Amino acid sequence: MTGKKNLSAREKYLRDKKRYKISVVVTQISILLFIILGWELLAQLNIIDSFITSSPSRMFATFKRMLSQDLMTHIGVTCLETLVGFLLGTVAGTLIASLLWWSPFLSEVFSPYLVVLGSLPKVALGPIIIVWVGAGMPAIITMALMVSLIVTILDMLSGFTSTDTNKIKMLKTFGANKLQTFTKVVFPSNIPTLLNVLKVNIGLSMVGVITGEFLVSKNGLGYLIVYGGQVFQLDLVMTSVVILGIVASILYNAVVLLQKVICKSSKWQN
Amino acid sequence: MHGCLSLEHITKTYQDLNGETLAIKDFTHTFEEGKFVSVVGPSGCGKSTLLSIIAGLEPQTSGVIFWDNSKPLESNRNIGYMLQKDYLLDWRTVYKNVLLGLEIKKMLSPETIAYANSLLEKYDLLEFKDKYPSQLSGGMRQRVALIRTLATNPDILLLDEAFSALDYQTRLLVTDDVYKIIKAEGKTTIMVTHDIPESISMSDDVIVLSKRPTTIKQIYPIHFEMDNRTPLTCRDNPMFSTYFDRIWNALNSE
Ligand SMILES: Nc1ncnc2c1ncn2[C@@H]1O[C@H](COP(=O)(O)OP(=O)(O)OP(=O)(O)O)[C@@H](O)[C@H]1O
Ligand SMILES: [Mg+2]
Repeated sequence: MTGKKNLSAREKYLRDKKRYKISVVVTQISILLFIILGWELLAQLNIIDSFITSSPSRMFATFKRMLSQDLMTHIGVTCLETLVGFLLGTVAGTLIASLLWWSPFLSEVFSPYLVVLGSLPKVALGPIIIVWVGAGMPAIITMALMVSLIVTILDMLSGFTSTDTNKIKMLKTFGANKLQTFTKVVFPSNIPTLLNVLKVNIGLSMVGVITGEFLVSKNGLGYLIVYGGQVFQLDLVMTSVVILGIVASILYNAVVLLQKVICKSSKWQN
Repeated sequence: MHGCLSLEHITKTYQDLNGETLAIKDFTHTFEEGKFVSVVGPSGCGKSTLLSIIAGLEPQTSGVIFWDNSKPLESNRNIGYMLQKDYLLDWRTVYKNVLLGLEIKKMLSPETIAYANSLLEKYDLLEFKDKYPSQLSGGMRQRVALIRTLATNPDILLLDEAFSALDYQTRLLVTDDVYKIIKAEGKTTIMVTHDIPESISMSDDVIVLSKRPTTIKQIYPIHFEMDNRTPLTCRDNPMFSTYFDRIWNALNSE
C-alpha cells in the first residue's frame, strides 16, 4: 500500500482544493510572464516599434530614472487628492442622504435633480470647475468629489429608506423620536451599505482625480500620463499607467481590508 | 381600582388615497389590573390597530382612553409592546439589546440597570449577556425581547401575535415561559392572537371581535378548577375544549 491510497476522503478533498488554487496562481503568473517576455522579445527583434509601444526593459529604465527624480511626489499628490476627494464625497454624501431621509418632502423634491446630476458625465463639469475653483489641486479634488457625491447620496438614501420598518416600529413602541430612530437603527443597520459605498467611491474618486489632472495639473500620475503623450514619450506614459494601476489596487485593497476588519469586529452581516 | 385601562367609544378610521377604512367602531372595554386578556378576531378586523392606539403609535379618530378611571392615558403612557418577531438588533449584544428601551426612554440609571440584570438572571439569560442575537435560539430571542420590554417596567404589556414566528414546539414552550414571567412580574397584559388554544391557555378573559368595522362580539371569562395553572397544564383540563368550541362558534357566527 502506498501512502496515497491511505488518504481519507477529507484529505483528498483538501488536496484537490489546494491543487486547484495553485494551478490558478501558476496560470496567472504565466500569463504575466508571457506578456512581459513576448513584448520584450518582439521589441528586441524590431517586430514592433518600441518608440510607439515602449517595452518592459525601457519601462524599467524609465521607472528607475523617475524614482531618482520626483516619482514619489507625483504618487503622493495623486493619492492625497484621491483620499481627500474620497473622504469629502463619502462624508458629504452620507450627510446629505441623512438629511433627505429625515425629510421625505425634500427627498421627493430633489429626486429628479439627483437623477439628472447622477447620469451626467462629470467630465463635462471640468471647465466649469476650473473657472469657478481655479486650476490646481482644489479643482482636482472638486472633480473627485463630484464623481462620488451623487452616487453616495443615492446609495445611502436607498439604504436608509429600505431599513426594516418593523425595527423602526419596535423602537417607536419605546417612544423613540426621529433622531433616536436614526442613530439606533437606521444608521447602524446601513453600515454594510456604507462599507460598500466606500469600496465604490475609492475607485470613482480616482477617476475624478485623473480626469482633473488631465485637465489642469502640474503634478500627479495623471499629469505624467498626459505630459508623456504630449511629448510623445510612450515610455513615460506606459510606466505611469502601470504605476497608477498598482497604486489604485493598493488603495482599493486597503478599503476592502478596512471593510473586513469592521465586519469582523462587529456583528454586521454583509 | 388601581391601574386599570379603560377604552371608551374608541373609533378608528384610516385615510388613504383609495378612500376611508373604518377599522374600529365604538370599542368600549376596561382592562383590569393584573389580568391577562386575549383578543381574537377575523384577520384584518383591526386587532393590531387596537394595540397601536393603546400604545400611542396611531391616534384614535374619536373616543378616549383613561388610566385609573380618571386620568387620560396620554398623561402617563407607560406601555410595553411586543411585536410578531423579536426584532433584536444584530449588532448589539444581548445585554445592549435589553437596555435599548431604557436608553430610548432616557431611563438608564444604576437602579434600572440593576433591575434589567436581575431580570436576565431570573430568566436564565445572564450567561448569554455578551452573546449576539444570531447566537441564540428563537425561543431565547423572544425571551430577550420580553426582558427588553419588561426592563422599562411598563404598567401594561401588549403582545401582537408575539409567538407566531416560532415553530409549534418552541411556541408551546415559549408561551409557557412568557406566561410565567408575566405572572411573576404581575403585569396587566393584552394579547392579540390568531390561535384560539393559545388564547384559552394563557388568558383570564378572551375577547372575540367582529369583522371590520370591529367591535366586541363576546367576552369569555376563562376559569380552570386547578391550582398553579400554566398554559401547558390547562390544555389537559376538560373545560379546555368546551371553551374552544364556544369561542370557535362565536368567531364563525354571523
Ligand atoms: N396605515 C394604514 N392605512 C390604511 N389602512 C390601514 C392601515 N393599517 C391598517 N389598515 C387597515 O385597517 C384594517 C385593520 O388592520 P389591522 O392591521 O389592525 O388588522 P388585524 O386584525 O391586526 O389583521 P391581521 O389579523 O392580519 O393581523 C385592515 O383592513 C387594514 O387594511
Ligand atoms: Mg395584526
